[in-house]
Amino acid sequence: MGILDIKDVGKRFGGLQALSDVNLNVEENTCHAIIGPNGAGKSTLLNCLIGKLIPDSGSVMFDGQSVLGRTPYEINQLGISRVFQTPEIFGDLTVFENMMIPIFAKRDGAFALDAISDFMSHKDVVEQAENELEEMNMADKRHMHAASLSRGDKRRLEIGMCLSQQPRLLLLDEPTAGMARADTNNTIDLLKEIKEERDITIAIIEHDMHVVFSLADRITVLAQGTPLVEDVPEKIKGHPKVKEAYLGESA
Amino acid sequence: MLGLSKKDASLLITVAVLVALAPIFLNPFPENSALSQFNAGYPDLMQRFVIFGIFAIGFNILFGLTGYLSFGHAAFLGAGSYAGVWMLKLLTINVIPAILISTVVAGLFAILIGYISLRRSGIYFSILTLAFAQMSFALAASVLTPITGGETGLQTALNDPRILDGANEGGNIPAPNFFGLEMGDSLQVSFAGWLWTFNAGYYVSGIIMLISFYVAIRIFRSPFGIMLRAIKSNQQRLNYTGLNTRPYMLACFVISGMYAGLAGGLMVAMDPLAGAERMQWTASGEVVLMTILGGVGTLIGPVLGAGLIKYFENIFSKINSNLLHKWFSFLPDGLEDFVVTIIYPFIGKGWHLTLGLMFMGVIIFLPGGLVELGQRISRSLSKNKNDAAEHKPAE
Repeated sequence: MGILDIKDVGKRFGGLQALSDVNLNVEENTCHAIIGPNGAGKSTLLNCLIGKLIPDSGSVMFDGQSVLGRTPYEINQLGISRVFQTPEIFGDLTVFENMMIPIFAKRDGAFALDAISDFMSHKDVVEQAENELEEMNMADKRHMHAASLSRGDKRRLEIGMCLSQQPRLLLLDEPTAGMARADTNNTIDLLKEIKEERDITIAIIEHDMHVVFSLADRITVLAQGTPLVEDVPEKIKGHPKVKEAYLGESA
Repeated sequence: MLGLSKKDASLLITVAVLVALAPIFLNPFPENSALSQFNAGYPDLMQRFVIFGIFAIGFNILFGLTGYLSFGHAAFLGAGSYAGVWMLKLLTINVIPAILISTVVAGLFAILIGYISLRRSGIYFSILTLAFAQMSFALAASVLTPITGGETGLQTALNDPRILDGANEGGNIPAPNFFGLEMGDSLQVSFAGWLWTFNAGYYVSGIIMLISFYVAIRIFRSPFGIMLRAIKSNQQRLNYTGLNTRPYMLACFVISGMYAGLAGGLMVAMDPLAGAERMQWTASGEVVLMTILGGVGTLIGPVLGAGLIKYFENIFSKINSNLLHKWFSFLPDGLEDFVVTIIYPFIGKGWHLTLGLMFMGVIIFLPGGLVELGQRISRSLSKNKNDAAEHKPAE
């Protein structure tokens, strides 16, 4: 059994069967990509994983615990860190402050009323934030406002913030959507680096096949709400069913 | 110093010096000069400066840090005032228990209102807080008359129990005091035409304001403060970072409400009278104006804004048409009347018009308020200096 275990998940919106019989297993310390054409149910599946939607049937277990019906912060505390389609960072704060927040959260839990100490006096947090920025090659940008970073750097910061919490699962939702070619390649390189250097499980939901081929250990192709095939990237590439799903019958 | 960075410490010291010397520099014009009209250095007004400063500092902890705009903060000011007067009536005429209890009562009240209002954000939060404050106002003015004194208000009386003070022998209603030092006591110093009034109540309020200001600085720089700023910036990200934003917001709301209660308590400590109008929505709106005029999210801004509005309210509103005629008497008759007619709507009872125009000006040209104005001035000054420095070697 994998670390993320999706079993018989089905979800219906009125007359639309968005998901049906989704069975999916993400093994620990692998990178698993879920791809599919528009309307395949990727976003619905993602929303089921993060507690935003509760499926009509089936279960989603993370490391033996159900994630269904949990609030975002509880999901995070289970060890799932989420990277959003458009980078979600604290734009009004500096890069360094951005990096400190997840580290505080990891150390102090969901709520800590420390209204008196200076936040820079927490040496352990400061040190870890410095290390993480170093790792992300962003140490020189630490005093910048996060909102003024480039799109690629925002993504880099967001991923760094997620990694600083040492999550067991990094969940990425179309991490390169809307990015220029150079930023896309940078992000892919960064993810490869993370995969090699850290013991982490990565799940990517992606529309663009090319982004995940060089990255994923396993790929699940979703079409019309059900997994079509699941295999290693090499086999997915030429698979007739996948071609059909992406390009239509004539191909 | 006191666990503050150099910059914050020097800000605190500057404010402390200003508070200490306010009776002198707020009276820049000699007593008998024509401009003594603009002197603000009298006890009543100076007390209001610092008390509304506390109110605005507390409001800014909520609005400035988290971006949640409460439109009902006057409810806490009023609740604090009533609690304070009751303390003065029942326990002792010493102001300390009154100030403490008003802070606590406002905090409890804020837990109740905050718990419900914080289920929504944005405009809905503002409307909920406004609704609560108006309900409190209506209750205080009618149903709760036995507790609040209704429309006449609540005040101290000769036959109050005051169980700690013992028998009242003087035959007068005792004045609020700080271990014997009456809030109304003043030391007047006359110096070459100037008259300076050093008032006990002002200095008690001033010291409490400095403590409040110091606590606000600590909150701004704390991990708690940074989380509040993160809530303003991106609440979704904060949730997915593993933080439960609900208790953070509630704690912030309660702290902010306690500041308002403290201000209310100080108001009745200076003048033991609490009325329902203190809870009205105009009072809630005033503190929003103060904070925005001074600079939202800045440390010193709300204090400046509170000072400016209270100055206008008390000084501008006192100018009348006779005075205007006197000032412009050097002009030819027809022109004098014309100028006075033009200016008249902006002064006296019309001071709100001036305030409104000023507010519009600040919102449009200086979104950062008076603090931004100060920053722009100092930046252009230092730029001139740099330019001069750059030019020198070329000569």
